[in-house]
Amino acid sequence: MDITFLLNGETVELTGIAPTTTLLDWLRDTRGLTGTKEGCNEGDCGACTVMVTDASGAKALNACILFLPQLHGKALRTVEGIAAADGTLHPVQRAMVDHHGSQCGFCTPGFIMSMATAHRNGARDHDDQLAGNLCRCTGYAPIIRAAEAAAAEPVPDWVQDSAPARGAAPVFLPGSADQLATLYTAHPDATLVAGATDVGLWVTKALRVLDPVIFLAGCEDLKTVETGDESIRFGAMVDMNRVRDTLAPIYPSYAELIRRYGSVQVRNAATIGGNIANGSPIGDNPPALIALGATLHLRKGETRRSLPIEEFFIDYGKQARDPGEFVEAVSLPRGADSLRCYKLSKRFDQDISAVCGCFNVTVANGVVTGARIAFGGMAGIPKRAAHVEAALIGKPWDKDSVAAALPAFAKDFDPLSDMRASADYRLASAGNMLLRYFAELSGEPVSVLEVSA
Amino acid sequence: MTVAKPLPHDAAPLHVTGAARYIDDIPTPRDCLHLAFGQSSIAHGRITALDLAAVRAAPGVVAVLTAADLPFENDVSPSNHDEPLLAVDTVFYVGQPIFAVVAESHLAARKAARLGRVEYDELPALLTYDDALAADSRFEDGPRIYAKGDAAAAIAKAPHVIEGRLEMGGQEHFYLEGQAALALPQEGGDMIVCSSTQHPTEIQHKVAEAIGVPMHAVRVETRRMGGGFGGKESQGNHLACACAVAARLTGRPCKMRYDRDDDMVITGKRHDFRIDYRAGFDAEGHILGVEFRQYTRCGWSMDLSLPVADRAMLHADNAYLLPAARIESHRLKTHMQSATAYRGFGGPQGMFGIERVMDHAAHVLGLDPVELRRRNYYADRTDRGVSAPAAAAAPAPERISDEKKHVDLTSRGSADDSIPPAVPRPHSGAQTTPYGMEVEDFELGAMTRQLLESSDYTARRRAVQDWNATHQIVKKGIAFSPVKFGISFTLTHLNQAGALVHVYQDGSVHLNHGGTEMGQGLFQKVAQVAASRFGIGLDQVKITATDTAKVPNTSATAASSGSDLNGMAVKDACDTISDRMAAFLAEQHQSEAAAVRFRDGRVYVGGESYSFAEAAQRVYMGRVSLSATGFYKTPKLAWDRIRGQGRPFFYFAHGAAVTEVAVDTLTGENRILRADILHDAGASLNPALDIGQIEGGYVQGAGWLTTEELVWDGKGRLTTHAPSTYKIPACSDRPEIFNVALWDGSNREETIYRSKAVGEPPFMLGISAFLALSDAVASCGPHYPYLNAPATAEEIWRAIGRARHGV
Repeated sequence: MDITFLLNGETVELTGIAPTTTLLDWLRDTRGLTGTKEGCNEGDCGACTVMVTDASGAKALNACILFLPQLHGKALRTVEGIAAADGTLHPVQRAMVDHHGSQCGFCTPGFIMSMATAHRNGARDHDDQLAGNLCRCTGYAPIIRAAEAAAAEPVPDWVQDSAPARGAAPVFLPGSADQLATLYTAHPDATLVAGATDVGLWVTKALRVLDPVIFLAGCEDLKTVETGDESIRFGAMVDMNRVRDTLAPIYPSYAELIRRYGSVQVRNAATIGGNIANGSPIGDNPPALIALGATLHLRKGETRRSLPIEEFFIDYGKQARDPGEFVEAVSLPRGADSLRCYKLSKRFDQDISAVCGCFNVTVANGVVTGARIAFGGMAGIPKRAAHVEAALIGKPWDKDSVAAALPAFAKDFDPLSDMRASADYRLASAGNMLLRYFAELSGEPVSVLEVSA
Repeated sequence: MTVAKPLPHDAAPLHVTGAARYIDDIPTPRDCLHLAFGQSSIAHGRITALDLAAVRAAPGVVAVLTAADLPFENDVSPSNHDEPLLAVDTVFYVGQPIFAVVAESHLAARKAARLGRVEYDELPALLTYDDALAADSRFEDGPRIYAKGDAAAAIAKAPHVIEGRLEMGGQEHFYLEGQAALALPQEGGDMIVCSSTQHPTEIQHKVAEAIGVPMHAVRVETRRMGGGFGGKESQGNHLACACAVAARLTGRPCKMRYDRDDDMVITGKRHDFRIDYRAGFDAEGHILGVEFRQYTRCGWSMDLSLPVADRAMLHADNAYLLPAARIESHRLKTHMQSATAYRGFGGPQGMFGIERVMDHAAHVLGLDPVELRRRNYYADRTDRGVSAPAAAAAPAPERISDEKKHVDLTSRGSADDSIPPAVPRPHSGAQTTPYGMEVEDFELGAMTRQLLESSDYTARRRAVQDWNATHQIVKKGIAFSPVKFGISFTLTHLNQAGALVHVYQDGSVHLNHGGTEMGQGLFQKVAQVAASRFGIGLDQVKITATDTAKVPNTSATAASSGSDLNGMAVKDACDTISDRMAAFLAEQHQSEAAAVRFRDGRVYVGGESYSFAEAAQRVYMGRVSLSATGFYKTPKLAWDRIRGQGRPFFYFAHGAAVTEVAVDTLTGENRILRADILHDAGASLNPALDIGQIEGGYVQGAGWLTTEELVWDGKGRLTTHAPSTYKIPACSDRPEIFNVALWDGSNREETIYRSKAVGEPPFMLGISAFLALSDAVASCGPHYPYLNAPATAEEIWRAIGRARHGV
C-alpha cells in the first residue's frame, strides 16, 4: 500500500508497506524514533500514545494497535515533536519535570502525548484523559498535579497540526460506504478494520497474517451522527468518544458506561460498528443497545436490511452477517430516560466487563408496562433477561416485585467462571444490579464513584 | 548544600522528551539479531519429542538453541543452580523456556518460536498449597522456626484467643519496560551486555558462566530501567545469558526483549502467602502470645525464596512488642513461575499477618483498632538527638571455599554457608523482636499521635459509623496501619558498596557507583551527596551508567539499600579526593588542611578562595590524583538466620497511614476515598523524591491488596498475563484526597546525612486500604469477615456474606 501522512510536521510518503505494519513498530524499528514506547502491545498501557490530527481534530491514539494505512491523510505527532524546534518544552513537559511526574520515565512519553492532546483540546477531566496511561511508579498524584498546573498555559503553535491534503487513497482504503460495499462484495474474505482495537491484537498477539485487509478509516460517510426527535442514528465508523458526547445529554447512564468502556485512546479508535460487528459477548455497547431496542442496519453491495440488534447475535462467535455484508449504522430510539447501565469489572477504568447489565423498565401508574433488560458477560452472546422481564411486566414497581423477579436470573443465565469473575458471583451480582436499579430510581446513593470522604 | 533539596529527577527532561534511552532504544549495529523463547505449554512433564524443523525453516531464523546446544553452564539461577536457561528433559512450569530462536527481527523470532512441536509425558503438577504440603514438596528440609518465649503457653493462659487464616495473592511487577538485554560480542571472546537489571554483577557472573569466560571478560552496563520493583533482581538472567550465548555463537550482536504476555508468563512474581494465626490477648487488648504458620508457594526453582520467606518471618511483629511468639515458615515448591523479589521482599506478607491479628482482635474485643495497636507498640526511642557514632561490630567470619566456583556470592539467594556470627545478647530489659534484636529507634508512638491528629481520625471514624447507620447499599470504612521495616540485606555480606569518582581539571565531576537507577531517583540523591561533599552545583556532577568495569562486585540495588550504601561509598570517595585537594592547597598556603572549606562552588584556603575548577587545576598541576574509589560497609550487623537470632538490620524505617474507603454491598465494588500518610525518611536527602516513593509505594501496595489478582487455571496456566486481565491501579484509583507528609526526623544511626531508606517501606502503607475495606465489610453484619487479599469486588462480596451470616 502507498500512503501519505505528516510526521512531526514533515510529509512522509510510504510505498509498498505491509498493511498490518503497526505504527509503533514503524516508528521504532524503521524510523528510529524510540521515544514512543512499547509497554504491552495491546492498547492497555498507553506507553505508545501519539497525537493524530485530522479534520475532526486532535486525538490521542495507541500506536501499538494502529496500522499504518489508518494514518493516510492525517497528521501524526510523537513525543519527539512535542517540544519546540529550539528545545523549549511544551507546558505539559515543563510541568511534569517541575511536579516530579516521572520516575522510571518509561510511561512518561505516553503520558506527555495524552496530556498534550488533552491540553490542546482544552480537556480538564484529567483522570479520564489519563485513564489509558498506566504508571507503576508515581501513584499518579504528581502527574495530575502537573496536568493541573499546565492546564491554563496557552497551546503552543508548534503542536497545532492541520490535516494534510489526502491525495489518492489506496484501493483497500475506500473513501465511501459505496466504495466499501463494492470492494467488500468483491473480497468477502477480507478482514474489515475500523479502529483496530480488536483486530490489532490478532496481529500483535496472535501473530496472524491478515490478507486482504480493508481499512474503513476513509469512509467519512460512515462517520455521521443523525440526531432526530424520535431516534439517533450512528454511522458504523463513529468513534466511541463521539458516541459518548452525543449520548451524554440523552442517556447519561449509557454515556457514563462509555466513559469507563475504554480509555480515551481506545475510544478514539474504537467504533460503535466495530464493537457490534465483532460479536464479543463482553462488548459494552450491545447490552445498552438491546435495552434501548436499537436497530442494526446492514449492507451488502446495494442491498440493505435492518434488524433488531439482539437478533444479530446468534451464538458465541456467530452473527447474522452474510459474507460481504457489513454494519452500516445503528439507530436507537429517543425516549424517557429510565435506562441505567452498570459495568462490573475489577478496575473501574479501562477494564473489560465481568458483567455489564443494562436496564430499561417503563412504569405507568405504578405498574411495570415494559422491560428491556440485557447483559454482557453472562452468556456466549449479549443477551436479554427474558424471564426477568416477564416476571416484572404487569407487576407493581416495588421492592416485592423486584425481589420476586430475582430467581428468574437463574433461568435466563448460566454464566461461566473465568479470570474476571466466578459464575456464582456473576449470577448474584446480575440480580443485585436489579436491586441497584430499583434503588437508584428511588433516589438512593448506589455508586461508590459518587461518594466522597 | 544540595542534599535535602526537593530537586527533580535528574533524567526528568530526558523522560518527558522521549530522549531517555532504555535497552530497546539503544541503536544497534545493523546486523543485530533478535531472540525469543519457545515455552512449555504444560506445568510438569518429561519432554519426549522436540521437533524444531518448522522453527528452523521459518523466515528470518538464523539459529535455534536447545539445552544441548549450550556450550557451558546451563543455569540462570541466582541461588541453587536449579534453574536451567533452557529446559533439560523435564519442564516444571507453563512458560518455561525450552528453546531459543535467533532471528533477523523481533517479530520473526516471536513467530518462529510458536512453531516448535513439543511432546510431553505429562507428570502430576503441584499447584496449590495443599498439593505441595501433601507431597512434602519444599525448599529446605522442613519449616524454619523463629521463636521468642513460649507462645503456646502464653496463648493457653490468655483470656481471649483468636485464630484464623489469611490468604494473600502474589503480585505481578508490571514494570512498564519489560525485561530486555543486548549482547555485543567483542574481540577475543569478550562480551559487553546491556541489561535492564537491578543487579549488573549477577548478570556479569551468569553470563561469564554461560560463555565460559572469567568475569573480567564480561562487562555489564545498565543506564536505567523502566521500573524494577524487584522483578529485575534475578529475572533478567535468562535474557542476558541467552543473548550472550547467541552472540558468541553467531558473532553478531543479539537482543532480546519479552513481549508483555511472555514477560508475565515466564518471570516470577511476588510470593503469595497463606498465614494461619493464633493469638492470645488480655481484656485490655494486650497481646500475650502469637503463633504464625506462614506458607508460601515459591514456584519451581529456589531463586530468592529463602531470604524472602526469612524477611516475612522478620516482619511478623511489625510495630508490636510480642511477649511470646512462634513463627513457622514453609517454603513450598510448586510447578509454577518461580516467585521472586518484589518490593518489600516478604516483609509485606509477614507484616500483613500481624495486622490481620490486630484487626481481628479489635473486632472480637470491641476495641478501637488504633487504640489496640498503640497498646502493643514498642516504646519510642528516648533520644531525639543524634547518637554518637558507634564502633562497628567485628565482621562476621566467613568461609569462602575456593573450589566452589559457582557460588553466587553477590546474590541474596546465595547459600549462606558462612560460620554463624557470634550474636551479642541484648541487654536485660531491652525491648526485643522475636529474633532477639533490640528495638532502639522506634518512632511510631509520636508519629501515630501526629497522624491521627492531622487526619482527624477520631471525628472521621464517628462520621463513618454515622454514614453506615443510615446507608444500606454503600458502606464506608476507615483504618489505620503502621509500618516498621528493617533496613539491610539479611545476607550480611551484601551490605557493602563501591564507588569511583573522578574530578577533571575543569572542575567537573564524573562518578559511578554500584547502584542502578530504576526510577527511584538514586542517581540524583547520590549526585546530591557528591555535590555537597565538594560544595559545588549539581550541574558539575555527572553519573553515568552503572558499569561492572567501573565498580566491581556490586550488590543488587534492592532491599531499599541504594542510597544508604552507594551514598556512603560516594561520600567516601569524594572525601578522599577533597582531603587530597585540601592537603595540597593547604601546603601551598602554609595553612591547615583541616581548615580548608568546600562550599558555594569555591574552595577556601588560608584566607583566599578559588573556584572549584581553579582548585582542581592547581591540584592537577601539583601532580596529585583527582580520582578515587570509595567503599562502605554497613556496621553493627550480626545475624544467624538459622537460629533466627541477632541483628539483621542496621535500623528501622517507619510509616503510618489512615485510609477511608467506600464499598458497594450489592457488588463489592469499592474505592479509596482518602489517604493520609506520615512517613519516616529520616533526614530526607531529597523530600520530593521521597514523597514520590511514598505516593507510588502506597498506590502499588493498595493495588496488591485490591484489584491485582493473579489467576491460574487448573492446569497451572496463568490466565491473567496481560494488562487486559491483570489490573494495576489506574489514574482514578489513587485516593481522591491524598495527603502525604514526611516525619520530621533524623536517623538515630549514622547513615548518609542521617537519612533513611525509602524504597520499600511505603509499599506496606497500602495495608491500611485493605483494613479499611475490611472495616466497611464488617459494618454489614455481626461476624468477623475474614477478608482475603486481593480484595477484589468479588472477594468483598463474599466477605460481606461472611460478615452477615458467619463463615
